[in-house]
Amino acid sequence: MQFHEARLNNGLQVIAELTKSVYSVGVGFFVKTGSRDETDAVSGVSHFLEHMAFKGNDRFSADDVNRIFDEVGAKYNAATAEELTMYYAAVLPEYLDRTTELLAALIRPALRQDDFDMEKNVILEEIGMYDDQPMFVAYEKMMQAHFEGHPLGRSVLGTKESVSALTSEQMRGYHHDHYLAGNVILAVAGNCEWSEVLELANKYCADWPAGEPGRTVTGHQPHRGTYLIQRETTQQQHVMHQDPAPDAVHPLRAAAELLSVIVGDDSGSRLYWELVDPGYVEGAELTYQEYHGAGVFRTFFNGQPDETEPNLGRVRKVYEKINREGVTEQELAQAKSKVCSRVVLSSERPMGRLESLGNNWIYRNRYQSVAEDLAQIRAVTTAQIRELLAAFPLAQTTTVTIGPKATVAWK
Amino acid sequence: MPGQQVQTFQLPNGLTLLIEPMADVQSAAFSLLVPAGSIYDPPDQAGCASVLVELLLRGAGDLDSQELTNALDNLGLQRGESAERRYVSFSGATLAENLPAALRLYADIVRRPHLPEDQFEAAVAGSEQTLLAIEDEPRQKIMVELRRMCYPAPWGKPSEGSLEGLSNLSMPTVQQHFQRCFRPNESILGVAGNVDPVEIRALVEEVFGDWAVLPEPVYLSGPRGAYRDHIEHESTQTQIGIAFDSVPYRDPDYYSAWAAVGVLSGGSSSRLFTEVRERRGLCYAVYAGLTSSKDDGRVLCYAGTTVERAQETLDVTLQEIRRLQGSILNEELDRCKARAKSSLIMQQESSSGRASSLANDWFHLGRVVTLAEIRGQIEGLTVDRLHAHLEKYPPKDFTILTLGPQPLEVPNAVS
Repeated sequence: MQFHEARLNNGLQVIAELTKSVYSVGVGFFVKTGSRDETDAVSGVSHFLEHMAFKGNDRFSADDVNRIFDEVGAKYNAATAEELTMYYAAVLPEYLDRTTELLAALIRPALRQDDFDMEKNVILEEIGMYDDQPMFVAYEKMMQAHFEGHPLGRSVLGTKESVSALTSEQMRGYHHDHYLAGNVILAVAGNCEWSEVLELANKYCADWPAGEPGRTVTGHQPHRGTYLIQRETTQQQHVMHQDPAPDAVHPLRAAAELLSVIVGDDSGSRLYWELVDPGYVEGAELTYQEYHGAGVFRTFFNGQPDETEPNLGRVRKVYEKINREGVTEQELAQAKSKVCSRVVLSSERPMGRLESLGNNWIYRNRYQSVAEDLAQIRAVTTAQIRELLAAFPLAQTTTVTIGPKATVAWK
Repeated sequence: MPGQQVQTFQLPNGLTLLIEPMADVQSAAFSLLVPAGSIYDPPDQAGCASVLVELLLRGAGDLDSQELTNALDNLGLQRGESAERRYVSFSGATLAENLPAALRLYADIVRRPHLPEDQFEAAVAGSEQTLLAIEDEPRQKIMVELRRMCYPAPWGKPSEGSLEGLSNLSMPTVQQHFQRCFRPNESILGVAGNVDPVEIRALVEEVFGDWAVLPEPVYLSGPRGAYRDHIEHESTQTQIGIAFDSVPYRDPDYYSAWAAVGVLSGGSSSRLFTEVRERRGLCYAVYAGLTSSKDDGRVLCYAGTTVERAQETLDVTLQEIRRLQGSILNEELDRCKARAKSSLIMQQESSSGRASSLANDWFHLGRVVTLAEIRGQIEGLTVDRLHAHLEKYPPKDFTILTLGPQPLEVPNAVS
């Protein structure tokens, strides 16, 4: 594995981790924009724009884009989140040029009116699809409630109303302000030469407008809150908690990752033994999510509606105990084995490395090799976990539940 | 694709061991299939295999439930276990040096599980929760029900069982299921990754070699389900499921069938995506896929769309399926080939992908198909062959299921 980086004159950051020991190469554009960078007037525009990217530019029509990706056998996709929009593909090395050309075209789309009108229907269908998924409805409410008054509380999809009202002029304006070269990272992972990466970056991205919109990052202290969404047609009661956690540059990030595995991995964790193993819930997990200037521990479980109050109590008991006593050496060692094995398994595919490469640069402006990832995980101590829990106790700060229940006795 | 070497060993008790060494990865993975899946559930106790799987990890050999989970976790094993229709399936991936220890633990799990009686209620409750969770996922629910309609019993019934079946289930039935079905004959173990085949073979002979052969258990066959149904469901979207007959994996026509479905739904330039989503904006998700049990192949299609667009979505989807015959273009086939080629090559980066393919190939074909052979098959496809296939197996006799606030009209001409 060899790491390289460069910056084009217009500010585009190019990073690559290259090796000959894989068969494919992953390439992606990471744009530092997402729902947190939107205003009320354009809620949902980042995600809608990501769809519109695939409608092509003056050179490639929408059909061309779909056709060429298939012609080169690309495994590709795009995703929009609160603070990032990414476009990526994995291909055989001989198709890297064509694929990069196409991905670069996506970043500067034509945004034709008829495409915009048609794709709006697809976005509204996507909103409808998620509306039928209780856990997703809970997630939307959770982010809005937990981050009330903070940009991270903005919905990625937007609402039926906000998307319906959106115009292509507004989208153009948003694109003009946020899709600037200084706000984009071109990342490449896998089997190719650095000279080729540089050549492609220059060939397809050098004429992009320079600039960097920047992002104001402020901290956030959520108020304690409980929210009930009644949906009588739902069989199970779905519950989500959120608590503050270290942000993306916090020194206790790795400790937070390990804590999430100890408390809420899908098997062998404290929540597993307390809730899943006895059959009280279908699943119970806790994950750690980092953001710019904030972080969250997010817990979710789903079970019989009648068991909701006892389950809330069981989770509370797990949290109170771990806040008070920390974790054991054995638990920590086990969590390290799990996480290290995941890091290695995911690193064996260029797509896995691409994601890690891009995220490290977006959030920390640095490269981290697999060996460094592993060393960082192995260095975490039980004392650091205690320090973490003292600063970020697990407390069911924000709770959202969706299901048939009309009332919930929260405590 | 040079260098791919698969070694096949048949233990005297009938267990098949398949090993594919992969020098470029640090990991190793296994896929263990034991012929004890949900088709062997007593008909009035559907969910038996599913509960058995819940119990299998709750202690085995010298380890109790917690010790066993700890031991697997200490190996960093990314694992999954589930009751499927034919098999109970166990899979795992971790750093290559930990694989032998993991295989020893799995020998205990499949041969010496404790099946603790005091955990029975919890295991049943876990299986019930799984079934209820499916009810809250309309996209999953419709495919479970579509499969039940279009495959003959017991192949169509959900491997998770039913709430009614679980309520009838008793611990002795679960124990009997284990004693009757868990056996080496017809079990398959696929191993792929940075492993030494000599070491793996010796280990497997040591821990599985004296596993006693059992007669093949019988299961009851039955008819398929109805061709039309609607499930009333208060939801924002209507879910549409369409199924029609195709060929199974072992059929000489399989690759033609695969490519025809690829033209229909193999990428974003495929017909369903283009006509239903891109041109008409009718839905976010629409797809079709070829699935195969040992004897029967089916094409299963899905579309999810809001109520007012549902009828048009169904009409256009059916129209595209019927239009396939005689209309495939060279360039469409070429794109299928390009996608297949890249998938095949990228499979060599995934030890778990290879382990599962090894076991799956053996189940369907009784041999392992090399990536080079698949590539040869795919390169040999022509538009004429696809058209001949569609003439022989025309998409017809559609099974159509909808789930949503109101049923749709099915044009008579399609049945």
